[in-house]
Amino acid sequence: MAILGLFQHDVKKHAVLASGLVAPNPARCVQCGICTFNCPVGIDVRAHAWRGEPVIHNHCLTCGECVMRCPRGSLRFEKTDLFAKRKP
Amino acid sequence: MKYAIVGSGVSGIAAIEAIRSVDRSGEVVMIGDDPHGFYSRPGLAYYLTGELHDKALYPRTSDEYRQMNFRYVKGRVKGVLREARVLELENQTSIAYDRLLIATGAQALPLEMPGANLEGVFKLDHMEDAKRILKRARRGKTAVVVGGGITALELVEGLLARGMNVHYLLRGDRYWSGVLDEHESKIVEARLQVEGVTLHHHAELIEVMGKKNRVIGARLLDGRTLKCDMVAYAIGIRPRLELAIQAGLAVDRGILVNEFMQTNDPHIFAAGDVAQVYDPAVGRSVLDSLWGPARQQGYAAGLNMAGKTTAYIKAPPFNVTRLAGLTTTIIGAVGGGHDEDLVGIARGDSETWRSLPDALVAQSGFDVNHLRLMVGEQRLLGAVVMGDQTLSYPLQKIVSERIDISSIREKLLAADARIGDVVVEFWAGLRN
Ligand SMILES: Cc1cc2nc3c(=O)[nH]c(=O)nc-3n(C[C@H](O)[C@H](O)[C@H](O)COP(=O)(O)OP(=O)(O)OC[C@H]3O[C@@H](n4cnc5c(N)ncnc54)[C@H](O)[C@@H]3O)c2cc1C
Repeated sequence: MAILGLFQHDVKKHAVLASGLVAPNPARCVQCGICTFNCPVGIDVRAHAWRGEPVIHNHCLTCGECVMRCPRGSLRFEKTDLFAKRKP
Repeated sequence: MKYAIVGSGVSGIAAIEAIRSVDRSGEVVMIGDDPHGFYSRPGLAYYLTGELHDKALYPRTSDEYRQMNFRYVKGRVKGVLREARVLELENQTSIAYDRLLIATGAQALPLEMPGANLEGVFKLDHMEDAKRILKRARRGKTAVVVGGGITALELVEGLLARGMNVHYLLRGDRYWSGVLDEHESKIVEARLQVEGVTLHHHAELIEVMGKKNRVIGARLLDGRTLKCDMVAYAIGIRPRLELAIQAGLAVDRGILVNEFMQTNDPHIFAAGDVAQVYDPAVGRSVLDSLWGPARQQGYAAGLNMAGKTTAYIKAPPFNVTRLAGLTTTIIGAVGGGHDEDLVGIARGDSETWRSLPDALVAQSGFDVNHLRLMVGEQRLLGAVVMGDQTLSYPLQKIVSERIDISSIREKLLAADARIGDVVVEFWAGLRN
């Protein structure tokens, strides 16, 4: 059956990035919600993708679940500015 | 100012956001006839496979809608009185407007043959269709799928995921011949076979056979019959033009608009799947059925409706999708062949992809990871990336931003060129 996790290379990068965040590419996103559905801490990743805003959120574990599950490669890890503001 | 928006899809929602970014106090009303309102229509494919449940497909909460500050009317608009600037609804009420957006989308072309109305014949267009399919899909039962493009495969994969035996009928030699080249079609077909799909080439469905109003089989042109419990089809889509035609607006295959998404009536705008929009890359107006452009067009229309003049320039269309489990990105103009399985375009599709650019083809990779580039004089005009998606982002940028590739053109066209490496190096150079 259909293979999940086609963007796993991005997820592996996560291991190297001690401080990474999830950044969306809104042009690729079709708001299907697989990211939000699979977020273990309940962040509405899809809403970030609509607005084109990186997931800067205190609860984000950067576990990579959303990046890995997105069927369209709309999400990837980016290095963070360590001093980026985090939402409470 | 009174704004009316017909259609609750992504272009309508984007239009409201745009209007509200300019005009906080004008009256906005949206009228939609889909009982499920706004949801991710591309996401229906993942609902079918079981990767998502239906509730996850709704991007907005009622709180968020409240903040957007508009009135939602469930119902169908049946007429536009242009002189009076009034919409007539099927429930006999009417709504006045100063600016109107027609964002009525497109709908699946119906299957026209004996038995097409039997219980167990499905399309995949709306939430309701997906729910009906899932109600009927049973492990161990058999489905016949006809049609082409992305939606036909979404049906195939969804039904497979639900444990059904799937026959996929292709009228011609190969899958999606208007967009994919021969090799790419074969990659997809080989994977479908590995997944357990029974493929039939040169197979044309002519009748859905039924008993007690239920599907029991499919009759083919060559006289064969296949026993089945369900027939699912995706043979193309058609913009919902009824309103525009009734209102006497200029239409071709879609509603014709200028770069401000305005129709030939300055008070009326159109956006999304229903709009036919000028594409500078191919020099004519084209149809898409793509979420991204629908959103962008809706946003541009909204700004213009609220008085903030903004031109919409169509970017090369692209889509990232799974074809038989293989992630595939299609960008710009890549096609040109004839496709017997589709009338016009399908969902997640663009007329632009089908135009054969004045370009040479560079290809590499022969099994799972495959790359095809349409190399113009100075620019890349299109690309197909299958499997490994490392190059998908860079190519999306290189094609859409019309980056000059003269410095690597010869390398790309050299015999046995490792075109992937050439692009990676070029991209790294650009970023430095
Ligand atoms: C199964 C499927 C798979 C897809 N896959 C992809 C993909 O992979 N990638 C991609 O980019 N896009 C994909 N799409 C296409 C994408 O969903 C559309 O391009 C997008 O939804 C278009 O938005 P829209 O606002 O123009 O129209 P729509 O989303 O079609 O919304 C139009 C709305 O108007 C309503 N309406 C129509 N007429 C009236 C009337 N007279 N009165 C009131 N309401 C009316 C309709 O009920 C509908 O709700 C897919 C679509 C489907 C269905």
